[in-house]
Amino acid sequence: METNVSEIWVYLSSSPLFGLTLTLVAYCIAHGIYTHSGGHPLCNPVLLSIIMIITVLVLTNIEYPHYFAGAQYIHFLLGPVTVALGYPLYRQLTKLKQLWLPISAALISGIIVGTISSILLVRWLGGSIEVQLSIAPKSVTAPVAMGIAEKIGGLASLTAALVITTGIIGALICTIIFKVMRTKDDSIKGIALGLSAHGIGTARAFYLSKEMGAFSGLAMALSALLTALILPCLISYLF
Amino acid sequence: MTFLNGFMILLIFQLLGESISHQLELFIPGPVIGMMLLFLLLLMSRKHFISLENASGVLLSHLSLLFVPAGVGLMQHLDKMYSEWLPIFAGILLGAIISMVVSIAVMTLLIKLLKLNNHEAKDGD
Repeated sequence: METNVSEIWVYLSSSPLFGLTLTLVAYCIAHGIYTHSGGHPLCNPVLLSIIMIITVLVLTNIEYPHYFAGAQYIHFLLGPVTVALGYPLYRQLTKLKQLWLPISAALISGIIVGTISSILLVRWLGGSIEVQLSIAPKSVTAPVAMGIAEKIGGLASLTAALVITTGIIGALICTIIFKVMRTKDDSIKGIALGLSAHGIGTARAFYLSKEMGAFSGLAMALSALLTALILPCLISYLF
Repeated sequence: MTFLNGFMILLIFQLLGESISHQLELFIPGPVIGMMLLFLLLLMSRKHFISLENASGVLLSHLSLLFVPAGVGLMQHLDKMYSEWLPIFAGILLGAIISMVVSIAVMTLLIKLLKLNNHEAKDGD
């Protein structure tokens, strides 16, 4: 009996079905906890899912590439979802026309100041060049950041890890920052979230309000574009 | 069918974006170019595509889920993140605070200067 169970386990854990199912189960549990807590920032569904899955993988001795063989089907959707952001962008056209100047100024200044300050901080605290280069595109949505990291000489997979951490931290602290800055306007909140915490921030923004979500999606899309254009110049200046 | 149609449109635009990015050896990744092309198409056609609204709505409502597989990749870098935890977390945390504060301050200031605050008034603030 026991050999049967372990045989089945060996078979199942090596098929892509395992990684895919594990991801969905963990996410459904995490999302349930998040909704149940009334959307508490500490119950961030991405954070909870990652903790649960890593725990399972470590306990069952399954390596990441093995897990990813199944999870890649979900990961793949990041491409179409990036394209999909063109739609909310178009739906906000009237507001976009009205607010284009403050939005572009906020994005450009946020990207430049945010990127320079984090690179210099990492350097000042003794971080390696590898980490400095990998942290540079941290505020951009993962697929874009990985592309940028590869081109400027960072480690794509480390960048992905840093991007996710940035998104989770951004979604965690945004409520406090909005309170301290006394920001009431959902469009401003959305821009700040999408700019500094990309998709995970956008998911948080959509949870808080539809308008905030649309603006966060817009900021995320535009900052991906702007960072891809601005970063190479900043890097050649800083390194 | 509406979801499938919309999803197909998204994939076609991603494919277009990827091929343009690859052909011209652009710095901008394919999906972002696809997003710009989709935006331009919508801008020119001025139509309301129910299929696109459906597909992008479904995908965007589960945005958090899509980051999980890459996020689990953290486990491969735990030792690097552990050995350089201070610069990494300080850089990320302060970087996030600084970029949020700067963008909020700049945008609030410009909206006030340009007197664009009509929708702020609409929010009843």
